Amino acid sequence: MRGPLTTELTRRLLGPQNRHLWFWIFVGPFVLGLTLFTYVPLAWSVYLSFFDAHNTVSPTDFVGLDNYTAMLGDDAFTGSLVTFLVFTAFIVPATYVLSLALALMVNRLRWAQAFFRSVFFLPVACSYVVAALIWKMSIFNGVRFGLANTVLDWFGADQIAWLSTTDPPWYWLVIVTVRLWLQAGFYMVLFLAGLQRISPRLYEAAAVDGARPGWQVFRHITFPQLRATSVAVVLLLVINAFQAFDEFYNLLSDSRGYPPYARPPLVYLYYTALGQGQNLGLGSAGAVILALIIAVVTVVQARWFGLGRKED
Amino acid sequence: MSMSRRRLLGASGGLALTGALASACGSNTGRDGDDHAGQPVIEQWYHQYGEPGTEQAVRRYADAFDRANVQVQWRPGAYDQQTSAALLTKSGPDVFEVNGPTLDQIQGGQVVDLTDLLSEAKDDFNPAVLAPKTYQGKIWAIPQVIDTQLLYYRRSMLDDAGVEPPRTLDALIDAAKKLTTRDVKGLFLGNDGGPGVLGGTPLNAAGLTLVTEDGKVGFDDPAAARTLGKLRQLYAEKSLLLGAPSDWSDPAAFTQGLTAMQWSGLWALPQVKKALGDDFGVLPFPRDGAHGAPAVPVGAYGAAVSARSRHKAVAKAYVKWLWVERTDYQEDFALRYGFHIPARISLATKAAKLRQGAAGEAVRYVTDHGHAEPLLWTSASRTAYQDALSRIIKGGADPDGELRSVVRKTKAELRRVRKKN
Repeated sequence: MRGPLTTELTRRLLGPQNRHLWFWIFVGPFVLGLTLFTYVPLAWSVYLSFFDAHNTVSPTDFVGLDNYTAMLGDDAFTGSLVTFLVFTAFIVPATYVLSLALALMVNRLRWAQAFFRSVFFLPVACSYVVAALIWKMSIFNGVRFGLANTVLDWFGADQIAWLSTTDPPWYWLVIVTVRLWLQAGFYMVLFLAGLQRISPRLYEAAAVDGARPGWQVFRHITFPQLRATSVAVVLLLVINAFQAFDEFYNLLSDSRGYPPYARPPLVYLYYTALGQGQNLGLGSAGAVILALIIAVVTVVQARWFGLGRKED
Repeated sequence: MSMSRRRLLGASGGLALTGALASACGSNTGRDGDDHAGQPVIEQWYHQYGEPGTEQAVRRYADAFDRANVQVQWRPGAYDQQTSAALLTKSGPDVFEVNGPTLDQIQGGQVVDLTDLLSEAKDDFNPAVLAPKTYQGKIWAIPQVIDTQLLYYRRSMLDDAGVEPPRTLDALIDAAKKLTTRDVKGLFLGNDGGPGVLGGTPLNAAGLTLVTEDGKVGFDDPAAARTLGKLRQLYAEKSLLLGAPSDWSDPAAFTQGLTAMQWSGLWALPQVKKALGDDFGVLPFPRDGAHGAPAVPVGAYGAAVSARSRHKAVAKAYVKWLWVERTDYQEDFALRYGFHIPARISLATKAAKLRQGAAGEAVRYVTDHGHAEPLLWTSASRTAYQDALSRIIKGGADPDGELRSVVRKTKAELRRVRKKN
């Protein structure tokens, strides 16, 4: 038999008027997790950045902005930002063009569209670590039985130490191709969604006006209609490039460290804060600087592209 | 009883929450208390050794200790980073092996002073590896085994090319060039061309050190730039094997005939012997310059006790039992699975496996030409030096300018660690 208290509780919990309660019951644990495992460490990292925190997360020696000036004056850190810029210059246009081309191609297919969509999307499911190791150990290793060197050998060309040669910097080819393979399928799907949102009437109108199918239609109809998707894709590509770690680390590091070239900011901060140096204060300052740079670049880029602005 | 969708969701949400709370409150790692037999539980961490049988051996040693329940963790991956991070928390190990400890770990109070464990046995530990574990007269880890690195060379390949085993750096450069063909490279110093594995060894071969005994920069000398500049020649003449599927620590490139000479560890010796029989020899890194001398690096993983351990006394007792008293286990650990030199001089001298052939020569090199990395050589100095070495070797950067920058960084690091005294 139900008492008045139970009835009231049941009414409060199950009644349609208490949607907020159910919202928090389901969302609350995730908010709690996000706070505990993301926001608290973030705030703690900002706190650490003002302290001399060698091998400790509870420092006592306040150093003000010293860690920030040290990090900004550190050639290795500024060099890592240059690495990021070079990487972005390679990967963003390459991924954009390839994924758009794949989307256009798959979109025009009359048969087996789902098959090719899956084939191109499949690498997205592969781990960056696994892909990086396949690229490093079997395709682009520097000895005669590596796949790339075997192909070169067919043409009588010399073997290339792909990841160890800085002049010319062949390692960029390895780094860019592995990421391209891994992520082009994902952006292809975004472009496919964008393409399918374009009204067929526009193409019909263009045909009536005498536009030639192919480049002219693409330039004047398809590409402008993909503006919103393009902005989102470029934003995501730039942010992802800033966060590059897995493929760089697994392609270029060894048990003794990491070469000074092609060292993106996160790899440098990993070695500073989590390597044997355990300089958590300096590493935190670098993380804060990097977060600010990403935020500023994203906001500037979003405003430049007019993200969120109403379509004309 | 029929169940509405809302009721089902509510029940499953409640169950999930209850489960999460129960697991959070009731998680028992066995770290805080005693086990069922009333013994303290201590956790011991090892990095993953490549040699089969080592893991079973250390678990057997742990089981034989009767004053605590020792739980061994065999940790693959970036072990040094894992332990460094774990030492910041209470969930880290009680006893762990460490390629150090580093000066920052000692100054940060992360490891326990183990000086009293050695007492009269101290003189029996090899002083070359005990020194980097000693700070301000106190010992912070007990050396387990000694490792070194050597220059392996393939006798038949050198004979065919009419090349003598190189005894000077110039001879090494010359030999590597002569031994290089379309399919075989002359020398393998690691896939990065040498900066990672060589470290301070070329400086030692030029008669210099990384940090002097009185705590000053040991390579602020023109000889350093001259020697490091010569390493560039190896790279520029395309005598170095680069991009091998396995790196310098694995002798595969050497045994598969991809290179005529390889810099690798003593641990690789049994594998090389099995693959090549007597068709190989070992040398130290060859000397350079009038004040130079052959050099080999020596290092030792040591057993340390975490300052955050809840059972420090029994953890120390365990370390003493295993790495000071049980010499039979020490010998077994060093020589039965892989190939290392026991840290105890008495064990190293009586081991039959270490008296003859290449192994005997390696032991002699360690005694006569061994250099351990000084405790004052911090991680920041090491990174700056390795970066400079990489730029010199691969980029052809000016060795003088690069070394001046490393000297500045090292001086700043030495000032920093001195301030903490």
